Amino acid sequence: MEHFKYDNKIVKAFLIATVVWGVVGMLVGLLAAFQLWWVPANMDTSFTTFGRIRPLHTNAVIFAFVGNAIFTGIYYSMPRLLKAAMWSKFLSWFNFWGWQLIILSAAITLPLGYTSSKEYAELEWPIDIAITLVWLAFGINMIMTMIKRRVRHMYVAIWFYLASFVTVAVLHVVNNLALPADGMKSYSLYAGVQDALVQWWYGHNAVAFFLTTPFLGLMYYFLPKAAERPVYSYKLSIVHFWALIFIYIWAGPHHLLYTALPGWAQALGTAFSIMLIAPSWGGMVNGLLTLRGAWDRVRENPVLKFMVVAVTAYGMATLEGPLLSLKEVNALAHFTDWIVAHVHVGALGWNGFLTFGMLYWLVPKMWNTKLYSKSLANWHFWIGTMGIIFYALPMYTAAVTQGLMWKNFEQSGQLAYSFLETTNQILDLHMVRSIGGSLYLIGVFLMVYNLVKTAYSGRFVAEEEASAPALAPMRSGGKELWHRVWERKPVFFTVMTFLAILIGGVIEFVPAFLIKSNVPTIESVKPYTALELHGRDIYIREGCVGCHSQMIRPFRSETERYGEYSKAGEFVYDRPFLWGSKRTGPDLHRVGGKYPDGWHFNHMLDPTSTSTGSIMPRYPWLVENELDTSVTATRIKTLQKLGVPYPEGYAEQANADLSRQADSIATNLMKQKIEVPANREIIALIAYLQRLGTDIKVTETASNAKP
Amino acid sequence: MIKEVARNIPNIEVYPIISLSIFFLFFLGLGWYVFRAKKEEMNRKKNIPLEDETNEF
Repeated sequence: MEHFKYDNKIVKAFLIATVVWGVVGMLVGLLAAFQLWWVPANMDTSFTTFGRIRPLHTNAVIFAFVGNAIFTGIYYSMPRLLKAAMWSKFLSWFNFWGWQLIILSAAITLPLGYTSSKEYAELEWPIDIAITLVWLAFGINMIMTMIKRRVRHMYVAIWFYLASFVTVAVLHVVNNLALPADGMKSYSLYAGVQDALVQWWYGHNAVAFFLTTPFLGLMYYFLPKAAERPVYSYKLSIVHFWALIFIYIWAGPHHLLYTALPGWAQALGTAFSIMLIAPSWGGMVNGLLTLRGAWDRVRENPVLKFMVVAVTAYGMATLEGPLLSLKEVNALAHFTDWIVAHVHVGALGWNGFLTFGMLYWLVPKMWNTKLYSKSLANWHFWIGTMGIIFYALPMYTAAVTQGLMWKNFEQSGQLAYSFLETTNQILDLHMVRSIGGSLYLIGVFLMVYNLVKTAYSGRFVAEEEASAPALAPMRSGGKELWHRVWERKPVFFTVMTFLAILIGGVIEFVPAFLIKSNVPTIESVKPYTALELHGRDIYIREGCVGCHSQMIRPFRSETERYGEYSKAGEFVYDRPFLWGSKRTGPDLHRVGGKYPDGWHFNHMLDPTSTSTGSIMPRYPWLVENELDTSVTATRIKTLQKLGVPYPEGYAEQANADLSRQADSIATNLMKQKIEVPANREIIALIAYLQRLGTDIKVTETASNAKP
Repeated sequence: MIKEVARNIPNIEVYPIISLSIFFLFFLGLGWYVFRAKKEEMNRKKNIPLEDETNEF
């Protein structure tokens, strides 16, 4: 018999971080929700406008709240499943403090406008490197613990942890490959369509391998624990594990249906999304059937209540996802609140509720006491459930309402509604949504109180004694089927998981990057001028992509409203791509030349002055801030290294070229009785906006012979 | 540079078909393993989380 100890201190640290960041992330989310119907909530500062608050919210809830919850669960369950203490205390604590520092730096840099603008991968390159290191420490610690374990068979939860580690590492590195221009600015290694493909391969699989597979692992440990009975079918768990990790990785392109992405890639995304229903529901069924014959206990035990709703929400979200991947459904749902509702069913229901269930189970256990108040936990459960309903229902209604209004034509063939009319139609629903969010958050506050009270009523068990016989060497001989052998070979298992997740990405990327016809070149598409590039970087900094797409899909309702549909070849100089995923405001791909410069100036200063009833925040600082031209040369040079064909030596003359273009815009504004120095940021932004989507019109303008 | 490397791999177009076959066979094998697996062994494995301590909660 060998004696060892389970370390609860690291679990406690992650647990507290989960709760604290959860509250912070949800508060920021609530602020964002208010901003969408009450403009003053943007507070007229650059740090607090919606464009910067949204990535702060998504990063905080995904990586801070859910991330810490994953670590809490893994650092608790893994040593117990393997009957071995975590391999290295140093790596455990490096993981903890590293992760919190990353979160802190995200909380500082995102409001300051340092962003790569790629969704859920917004953090700039130095932080990306830090994430890689910390994640690696976590993985090494995990794999070494498996090697030193005292239980021969690795329980299925461990497989899910392992797959999550491997895949997130690959996703994070590949999607964030970029060339730094300076300390906090970089340009993506990929451009346009290819960047979009890589980003949504990442975006989709971040949902899969950060929000889903680690939580399935947690479900396979904590649900049997709370129900005091083993999981329904171990055979099912084996099959659905492999099917899930193999199929998930292919489905990314369903985020890009009807876009300029090649059709074959879109079809692949849809097909694999439909296939995903099977393994996803395999997980849900396995979770729910674990409770067969024990449903009476669900009535009494708040932990089980949370878990049942979590698993049900998982099942609903994973059916809804494939349905949204059908082109016909996607045509209506994409760019609307439907997607926001969909992710929140997953985030609030599956991730949130499973975390709450786990916390309500863990805290009494680790403080060796009973839950302070069961009825308070029940209150949390009901308020939280109402919160999810009051969040999701108004958003679904808003989505269908707005989606149909966008597509509605008068009998005369004119579009029936202006964009603003559709925005104002759903404001009340957005108001109800923030009530839903508030309810959910109130529930969380009840939990915090309950957990703190519980902890104070008991005594923290810092270490738990345990003993187990050392793992005897395998006796040779005896016939074994191959998978059974894998189940006790952690490194080999890791390699096989790696291969399973690699294959889908490779098959999507290789043709998209190799075959020229996938992105037909358009002769008239030219790189951005220095001033336009600055304008584009400001557009990225302010998070405009959070509300405005740059992707006109080939529907009459869109070409009538926005102009000619978007072509793959138009984006070859877009690093990163800025197609967007949500239209809170109208698409901007063909906004160039649509309005005079003065319109843009007034609109940025006060959107309601040009568009009555607009909910866009004001951007007064763009008029005050001087454009930082000291970075022009390095940015141009960085882009040249990435292959953007600026003429030799353009970097040195770029600022002269920039001044010329800025002066002409300032003169133009002067004619419209707007006096503003040519060296202000707003001038660069106007230059960029006026350039958008105009490249393919060049032939017409040339024949119109501009002076 | 990735492009140049990949273009020079001969017969790169059959790779997807090979990988599809590998995965098809993998899942067939997996099905066979699961189908053949003994009930007692599966029961023993799925009870692992419940073995680490007495559950008094």
